[in-house]
Amino acid sequence: MEPFKNFTGLVAPLDRPNVDTDQIIPKQFLKAVVRTGLAAGLFYDWRKQPDSQFVLEQPRFRNSSILVARSNFGCGSSREHAVWALADYGFRAVIAPSFADIFRNNCLKNGVLTVILKPGEIDAIFAAIKQHDNYQLTVDLPAQAVSDEFGWKVHFEIEPFPKKCLLEGLDDIALTLAHEREIASYEKTHPVLYRF
Amino acid sequence: MAGQTLFEKIWNSHVVFEAAGQPALLYVDLHLVHEVTSPQAFEGLMKAGRKVRCPDRTFATMDHNVPTTDRSLPITDPDSKLQIEMMRKNCAHFGVRLYDLGSREQGIVHVIGPELGLSQPGMTIVCGDSHTATHGAMGALAFGIGTSEVEHVLATQCLWQAKPKSMEIRIEGELGLGVSAKDLILGIIGRITTDGGTGYVIEYRGSTIEALSMEERMTVCNMTIEGGARAGMVAADQKTVDYLRGRQFVPTGRQLDALAEHWLAFRSDPDARFDRSLTFEAPSFAPQVTWGTNPGMVSDVKSKVPDPASFNDPTQRRAVELALDYMALRPGTPIEDIRLDRVFIGSCTNARVSDLKAAAEMVQGRKVAPSVRALVVPGSQLVKNEAEALGLDKIFTEAGFEWREAGCSMCLGMNPDILRPGERCASTSNRNFEGRQGAGGRTHLVSPIMAAAAAVAGHFVDVREWTK
Repeated sequence: MEPFKNFTGLVAPLDRPNVDTDQIIPKQFLKAVVRTGLAAGLFYDWRKQPDSQFVLEQPRFRNSSILVARSNFGCGSSREHAVWALADYGFRAVIAPSFADIFRNNCLKNGVLTVILKPGEIDAIFAAIKQHDNYQLTVDLPAQAVSDEFGWKVHFEIEPFPKKCLLEGLDDIALTLAHEREIASYEKTHPVLYRF
Repeated sequence: MAGQTLFEKIWNSHVVFEAAGQPALLYVDLHLVHEVTSPQAFEGLMKAGRKVRCPDRTFATMDHNVPTTDRSLPITDPDSKLQIEMMRKNCAHFGVRLYDLGSREQGIVHVIGPELGLSQPGMTIVCGDSHTATHGAMGALAFGIGTSEVEHVLATQCLWQAKPKSMEIRIEGELGLGVSAKDLILGIIGRITTDGGTGYVIEYRGSTIEALSMEERMTVCNMTIEGGARAGMVAADQKTVDYLRGRQFVPTGRQLDALAEHWLAFRSDPDARFDRSLTFEAPSFAPQVTWGTNPGMVSDVKSKVPDPASFNDPTQRRAVELALDYMALRPGTPIEDIRLDRVFIGSCTNARVSDLKAAAEMVQGRKVAPSVRALVVPGSQLVKNEAEALGLDKIFTEAGFEWREAGCSMCLGMNPDILRPGERCASTSNRNFEGRQGAGGRTHLVSPIMAAAAAVAGHFVDVREWTK
């Protein structure tokens, strides 16, 4: 995984709660056998309606790299394809008041940052996007801060371990294999309990 | 020292390594694998030159993508075919046991785990599928993971996990006639909302839960994820032991007696403390029907489609407006007036023998309404065989249902079983998300008997009046 670098990017607003992973990437794209090229399926049903007004169909949001949404973003299916599709499209961070647990884990494994802000702070971002064309935010992971060019700045919380993994781009399988001794000793004392 | 919860007991007995300020490294007892969320994980192993650490703890099947029609015919969709062939190749290469199409044990991964006796009390169980929560009904800690985590478990048999919080949901008293486990869990999600369980593991307890059959407990635990919690569980009791006895992967004789003692020790101590506790009375639950686009948007069958104006929070109001627009429902419409085009009885939530039996009893001697196309998809080939031995297939087909081979089918529509745009379906599955059963399709989640009755009537009906 590539280490996460601070960046400034265009923000796309998705003003609904409970955006589920079926919406982020519909079933037909789950037949992929590789992790790449899934941007084509991102929000497919919303983008592909005739005369779609969906945010990513609007020219001003086409090059967004930050998505802002309402609570419980990424709920439902565990499909990691949702994160692969977001990342493939160019999203490097998603900002919401809350995320579904599995989706959040999947983001971390793919270098996509999930930023949890308070509902009032989310409201402020939605309002700023309405007010300014080309509204951009700067995401600073080491400082755990999101800011804009107009002096608005908020702090966000993230647990130390995922922060470290993101910043260092750690391969957690290699990390785990370094604990081989502990794993082997656990296995010795805990045999398989079912019968073959 | 305060007592421990069931969850804590399983958690603590599976910690391989822990250090302050980071998640624990947790050992995984059982890893279930299916064709949709595994190819990229196997690809990752291959690229890194790694192997599957414990093939003996890894079991694979094919369920999401498989046709439910004649299995002797070739699979027509080239992408589905490729995914199925990849699964075969990967399992052969890495030495993973596979319940392939044509195997008598093939079926939905969350149906076959308990059915084969693989899912046992006190275990940690994972699968690249959010409905892994189902196996919590066996008294296990079972949760869904993403594909990167699938790869991690294949390579190391472990997972890094931040310890979730614990919640108990107590249900006390007797469920009314016609009110099923599905209504119970839909009603719970309606009350806690679709993200009320985020960050928690839920233990279901109380006299109502104790009275549920094992298959009913599976239905309840299965939909825990629809309330935001990754895992739901019910402590093992004598019913659990009796259920497991005689199953393929369960030891026999004295070995089982010793194991049963071990299983039954996994229960919350009387003085165990939960981070959150909720109690509901069983008689307060009625048959449920979802009207919106997430499982928390649910009402009693006797009620009406809600008015967005009745929601105070502007974000919620907007969400309800969008949902009713998608569902083409007008506020104030009685739920019983909603007419249906399709009925689907199946999925890891409600496609076990007891589900099919209950639905068959409702349709016996009746006919599916001429305007409705109805489908029954058993959860596994073993379920299918048992149902056929009971003559359930005849009851369904005589009533006008189609009777299919086992798989996930129209729950998520990865195979040809999908809704057409605008079609409205009563479904025993678990998700009513936009487009879940087919782009533009409209899904109402219900219990098997509610689905069966709706198939006959052509619209929703209160099964309590049918069973009188």
